Amino acid sequence: MSVPAPATASAGHLRRLLALTRKEVLQIARDPSALLIAFVLPLVLLVLYANAVSLDAKEVRIGVVLESDGAAAHELAAAFAATRYFSVTPARDRREVVPSLLAGELRGFVVIPQDFARRLASPSGPLVQVVTDGSQPNTASFVAGYAQGVVSGWLAARGDTAPPVASFEPRYWFNPELESRRFLVPGAIAIIMAMIGTLLTALVVAREWERGTMEAIMSTPASALEILVAKLVPYFVLGLVATFVCALLSIAVFDVPLRGSWLALGTLSAAFLVPALGQGLLISAASRNQFVAAQLALLSGFLPAFLLSGALFEIDSMPAPIRAITLVVAARYFVASLQSVFLAGDVWSQFLPNMLAMLAIGLVFFALASLRTRKTLD
Amino acid sequence: MPAAIELRGVVKAFDGIRALDGLTADIEAGRLTGLVGPDGAGKTTLLRIMAALMAPDAGSVTVAGHAAATAAARIHSIVGYMPQRFGLYEDLAVGENLGLYAALRGVDTEAAEGTFAELLRFTGLAPFTGRLAGHLSGGMKQKLGLACALLGRPEILLLDEPSVGVDPVSRRELWALVRELAAEGLAVVWSTAYLDEAEQCDSVLLLNEGRLAHAGEPRGLTRQIAGRSLRIAGVESGRRRLLAEAVDLPSVGDGVIQGANVRLVMSAEADTREVQALAARHGGRLEPVEPRFEDAFIDLLGGGPGRSTLAAGMRPVELDVASAVECRHLTRRFGDFLATDDVTFEVRKGEVFGLLGPNGAGKSTTFRMLCGLLEPSSGEARVAGHDLRRAPGDAKLRLGYMAQKFSLYGLLSVRQNLEFFSGVYGLSGREQRERIAEMIEVFDLGRYLAVSPDKLPLGYKQRLALACALMHRPPVLFLDEPTSGVDPITRREFWSHINGLVQKGVTVLVTTHFMDEAEYCDRVALMYRARVIALDSPDALKASVASEELPEPTMEDAFVRLVELADRAHAERSAA
Repeated sequence: MSVPAPATASAGHLRRLLALTRKEVLQIARDPSALLIAFVLPLVLLVLYANAVSLDAKEVRIGVVLESDGAAAHELAAAFAATRYFSVTPARDRREVVPSLLAGELRGFVVIPQDFARRLASPSGPLVQVVTDGSQPNTASFVAGYAQGVVSGWLAARGDTAPPVASFEPRYWFNPELESRRFLVPGAIAIIMAMIGTLLTALVVAREWERGTMEAIMSTPASALEILVAKLVPYFVLGLVATFVCALLSIAVFDVPLRGSWLALGTLSAAFLVPALGQGLLISAASRNQFVAAQLALLSGFLPAFLLSGALFEIDSMPAPIRAITLVVAARYFVASLQSVFLAGDVWSQFLPNMLAMLAIGLVFFALASLRTRKTLD
Repeated sequence: MPAAIELRGVVKAFDGIRALDGLTADIEAGRLTGLVGPDGAGKTTLLRIMAALMAPDAGSVTVAGHAAATAAARIHSIVGYMPQRFGLYEDLAVGENLGLYAALRGVDTEAAEGTFAELLRFTGLAPFTGRLAGHLSGGMKQKLGLACALLGRPEILLLDEPSVGVDPVSRRELWALVRELAAEGLAVVWSTAYLDEAEQCDSVLLLNEGRLAHAGEPRGLTRQIAGRSLRIAGVESGRRRLLAEAVDLPSVGDGVIQGANVRLVMSAEADTREVQALAARHGGRLEPVEPRFEDAFIDLLGGGPGRSTLAAGMRPVELDVASAVECRHLTRRFGDFLATDDVTFEVRKGEVFGLLGPNGAGKSTTFRMLCGLLEPSSGEARVAGHDLRRAPGDAKLRLGYMAQKFSLYGLLSVRQNLEFFSGVYGLSGREQRERIAEMIEVFDLGRYLAVSPDKLPLGYKQRLALACALMHRPPVLFLDEPTSGVDPITRREFWSHINGLVQKGVTVLVTTHFMDEAEYCDRVALMYRARVIALDSPDALKASVASEELPEPTMEDAFVRLVELADRAHAERSAA
């Protein structure tokens, strides 16, 4: 038996890289779990975020205690019942609603006092009393604010009061309908991308160790760099494709506008994939076991992208030390940019520094990973 | 000409324990070098170091003139390495795996097609290029691994236990392929736990506890014990007791059962008077036999484990029916695939019954049905008189099962494992405490009670697994490949425990692909392609294939021959 001699070493790099990439693509195509994480999981998450998670207050249950029997008082009570922000439980005595508030069935109640007609005639003090459940501060302030709004609206509609010297009228830019899904869906895309980039990369490298295929590959002339780069390229592409699928879905199904350009969206996603893949690589260098790799990826990739990126919780309302931590979470730069590209437009003055930050974080991950990855079984 | 691989004072430690402890040896080109040694002797570590996948802590390694410390990349391009675990991609087809490795090893693209054709022909894989590697049999996987390791024309071939999990027929084919390569001038290192393979190597490196115990031709080692191998032939019954008594004698170093014979190796400079008397007492005759490499190997490592005193303290078990296990027309289908086809046999009370066969022959499926882990598609099975269909719970309480991988819990201590398994079998209160105490005493587990099973020496792990399986005093014991991947000494130790148990009335049903283990059995059912193709005592099976060229066939010869006959009959039936 005779086997031809190997070709020259210099031509080998590209060929090995291509062969390894091809292998990775074949494996992705044949492995249902990779496609599941890349396409089905994003769909599920997106549908969940768009429908189940909502920060909007609608039909908040409150009580309206009507202590006065006057016509005006009845009109105001009807105004409360008419608004879609509240779902009203009527009562004649505040003792009826207090237990419900304590039990958490009501988020607050409005008392229209016995002397409502007199207060209306000589407006010196407050017209009505609003009691809210302070254990849920967001809802509480919402109830207080909207109750105020209902009263002002009713007064204005009566037309018998002089308009206040100064009034404020809120105007919401970028998301005039104030629908939280518009702001949640771009965040969800960032979370999904963090999952794909970090989790998949961490898993596939650990899987090669677990199955013993890494040992055989390492005994060939392929270098550690070639092995790893060949792993990154297909997952980079897979990540981009998944982003576009998510974006299309957001626009077509969830009514999220894309005010910026697809180019900006693509460029931002590509920039974010650098730290996401880098993090996955670092995890895989630290762990040769798929279970540990998955845990690390969820803890260090998914949770920060979920909690600390501003996708769900505003960074500005976090305490200062936590705010400082978010500075090293690549997802925060991506979320901010994504929200702009969807809801505002191409704001390159914001994108460029954000992309730089993402690339810098990615570079640190890659540097650490290459320090840890050696072509050895030790 | 310098040696293909030069090892000089190689040291490698893991967590402070020296896997290799100052190893110096040469490996020559054009020769098949066997790397032999018990589990944990350092074989895999040494191969990885020679493949430049690991760096030694001290000492130097030179591979084809390149220092491993500085020229790892160069070594990777001239060494073909096949790891112990199948290292190729199971989700890629045979051809795709070859294509990947051809690119990685820099095989000329134009010549690649020709090379593939040649390798596929050489390994007999040509009809399977489109098949996923994961769907190949154990033997074919190893041949594919060999083909991939051969791409790029390596000067040195390192094979880590290539024959583990491969049936005897494929093993012979693989061996012939590698022999051919060595004849062409490659330096081949073949690590193995099979001592009959070591015997056929051009030279061997025998490792023990990280040190070189012997280097050179295998015959050099066997010559050292010339005249010390004997056998006691013609013992009709009681050969287990005979063996136990024989290994108790100070003049006997080692002993095994071989069909109806007991094979012994005398201690150095001992005379045969004691053994003569023993043979006479049992009505057998003492005959000298050719020493085997295995005899010398065990002798060099300090002799066999001796008699197992473990089971001595155990109370005998009772079985009130004559046949311990009985199955009739047992058939199991997985979709279109027939895993077992009309399997019928009976295991008599007090017997050691072996289920032998290549991978995928249906041994494990039969076994699982008999243990009540799998429902048969048709046919019936009884264990200790209980029908597995009608009373699976009763049947399970009468059998003990020891799985291939010892299903012990690494996060529990030895004592907690014992408590857990006794609880699973429904023991509680005083009975449970007494039974655990008995097992601890019988299997001498006292000093390891607080340790995790993962940290136990292999021999003790086996004892614990046995103890867990015997906790509920089952009269029937099922052993599924109990000694797969276990070195000869630990294997002997295990069988000495089993011999002890059999003397206490336990019936044993064992699956194995170790041919010498079949020799321990009273009767063997040979399974092939879902059917039982032969069922008899080991000696009768061997005698059935004896011919003029092969007057004294080994168990492996019998196996290979019977499989050939079955294949021929199958071909004739399909042709008709």
